[in-house]
Amino acid sequence: MEKIHLPQSKIKELQAVCKEHDNDSGELINILHAAQEIFGYLPREVQEIVASELHIPVSRVYGVVTFYSFFTMTPKGKYPISVCLGTACYVRGAEKVLDEFQRQLEIKVGETTLDGLFSLDCLRCVGACGLAPVVTIGGKVYGRITPEKVRDILSEYYIREE
Amino acid sequence: MEKIKLTIDNREVEVLKGTTILDAAKSMGIRIPTLCHMKLEDLNYENNPGACRICVVEIEGRRNLAPSCKMECTEGMVVRTHTPRVMNARKTVMELILSNHPAGCLTCSSNGYCELQTIAHDLGIREIRYQGEQSTFEIDRSPSIVRNMNKCIMCRRCETMCNSIQTVGALTAVHRGFNAAVSTAFERDIAGSTCSYCGQCVSVCPVNALSGRNTQQPVLDALADPTKIVIAQTAPAVRTALGRDFGCEPGTLVTGKMVSALRQLGFDYVFDTDFAADLTIMEEGTELLQRLGKYLSGDQEVKIPMMTSCCPGWVSFVEQHFPELRDNLSTAKSPQQMFGAIAKSYFAEKLGVDRKNVVVVSIMPCLAKKYEASRPEFAVEGNPDVDISIYTRELARLIRYANINFNELPDSDFDHPLGESTGAGVIFGTTGGVIEAACRTAYELYTRKPLEKIEFKELRGLEGIRSGTINFDGVPVKIGIAHGLGNARKLVEEVKSGKSPYHVIEVMACPGGCIGGGGQPFHQGRMDVLRKRAAALYNEDENKPIRKSHENPYIQQLYKEYLGEPCGPKAHKLLHTHYFDRKEVVNMFLETDKNE
Repeated sequence: MEKIHLPQSKIKELQAVCKEHDNDSGELINILHAAQEIFGYLPREVQEIVASELHIPVSRVYGVVTFYSFFTMTPKGKYPISVCLGTACYVRGAEKVLDEFQRQLEIKVGETTLDGLFSLDCLRCVGACGLAPVVTIGGKVYGRITPEKVRDILSEYYIREE
Repeated sequence: MEKIKLTIDNREVEVLKGTTILDAAKSMGIRIPTLCHMKLEDLNYENNPGACRICVVEIEGRRNLAPSCKMECTEGMVVRTHTPRVMNARKTVMELILSNHPAGCLTCSSNGYCELQTIAHDLGIREIRYQGEQSTFEIDRSPSIVRNMNKCIMCRRCETMCNSIQTVGALTAVHRGFNAAVSTAFERDIAGSTCSYCGQCVSVCPVNALSGRNTQQPVLDALADPTKIVIAQTAPAVRTALGRDFGCEPGTLVTGKMVSALRQLGFDYVFDTDFAADLTIMEEGTELLQRLGKYLSGDQEVKIPMMTSCCPGWVSFVEQHFPELRDNLSTAKSPQQMFGAIAKSYFAEKLGVDRKNVVVVSIMPCLAKKYEASRPEFAVEGNPDVDISIYTRELARLIRYANINFNELPDSDFDHPLGESTGAGVIFGTTGGVIEAACRTAYELYTRKPLEKIEFKELRGLEGIRSGTINFDGVPVKIGIAHGLGNARKLVEEVKSGKSPYHVIEVMACPGGCIGGGGQPFHQGRMDVLRKRAAALYNEDENKPIRKSHENPYIQQLYKEYLGEPCGPKAHKLLHTHYFDRKEVVNMFLETDKNE
């Protein structure tokens, strides 16, 4: 496994979070949430730090990380795309939208594009069923998406990057 | 404590509040089948995730069936343990488990010892009505342990053993749902994890998801090769448990039959690891006296307490979890490795043969010994001191394979010179035995007076952590003893924080010591079985004409003819070793980052 260089400032931030939780192993899930917030994802190195701060085996941390789908070990893209697959979105064709994103970006759900720009995930209901099917990119919500609109949405971001 | 009355299968029973239905039924002689549940009574641990649902029972007035391992008894409860509804549920559960379990019982090394097989048989499962997805995990083979998750039923006993009892923290459940498996951190191979190879996970696996590495074939190949001289060495604990696989009562000593069986299998020499245990005492005891001498004369550099190094699971544990304390470990090799080193030097020279034509096979109660034998520092130009290490259950399989009627065998004696041992060597197989043996010799070497009482009964027992002080003619030597790595961790933490009151610490990785090793016939955590095995060893010790290692005439001869002095240059070269820092590499990564 390739080693990742973690910035010292972020390591310190994580250690401070652990301390705030009294380095209590019972707080593991809360600490992992905070860690994912700090680093964007939970690579092996981050899990090792959490384990050593909480004095628990890293196997236990890894077990929890792989159990909950919220936690991820792959870095998210600069623009994380989430396609809602809640009931309302689903019946209005969200799956076709998701397929189109996968085709256009050439990645599968849970993956990140090679240039690091986009990652693709699905989620369950963002509470905007009136706009179904809904896609969120970063903090922005897109409503009534059809497969035909996917290319236009992506080019917004490509243009921004240029 | 409050008592509760309830009815199970039309019989009234009174139990303490908090008792589970499973335990209440057990107290009445009613057996409820279980798979995931594991109660290691004397170790004070219970694994009851309530995962398998084989133990369900019907409770009057309750809509659903209840898992008896989890459900506590209440006043007036009426329980039925084998109604048609219960049996149907159990069968369905079993069929669902079996629908994702390979059906290769006939070729499985746990055939006949598998709890899943037994319960399926008892439930009368004749067909599996469900067909679904099948797991396709890759098989993970380490030098000692094989992990085949396709056979796993997710009872998580191994996880409890590895984490709660042994505190090794190698095994964990990963992922969820159908993809769930018992694995290691980042799903590395066992060999790349923090596993110490103690093998206790294998001891508690109800199926064959975790098993010992099988090396019977290389033994058979060596025995069939006319150019090889094949030597057996048998560890002390093996003789107390081997009989179990041939229907003997727990703790039956089968030393004589075991020797006969090995000879019948075709071994050229049948020797005893106990001889090497005596040798270990000479080296380790001398080392202890040297360290103590320095310590008492104010030497700040010397590492005290000295920790024993006979147990490879324990040595790995120190190297992986406490590498900063590895210099506290005695540099003396374990008896297995001392035997190998002597057999391939002294004895090979005596025979006038090249060490490459000598094959040393060790029969051990242990899985970690396989790993130990494979460590590169225990080889000369690539030729290992111990070629093959097999565990007790493997020897039983070899005996069956060769159609030897074990129970009918006559008793016979070990060969000379490496088969002669004292009572001190024998008790190496049980917790407290190594240190007692060391005291017998160290006391006499130090005080130059004969011991009044050979037995140090204060060092015996099955308490997880014990301590004692032995008076060496005015010098009180403080001794700590732990068995089970979780207990050992407590003593090591004391050493690490500089608060250890001891001069010497004996550790055996497995609960009970080698008698409860991961390669022994399964004891299901029953301390009464371990107690009987320990008693058998103390009994053999008592019946030995010589009971102190330094009085073993063949040991004396070995030093005179070959080794010189204990801990002398030649002894050091052949019988001592060094240890490594095997802590996770990520810590190094953090260090470098901090140096920025």
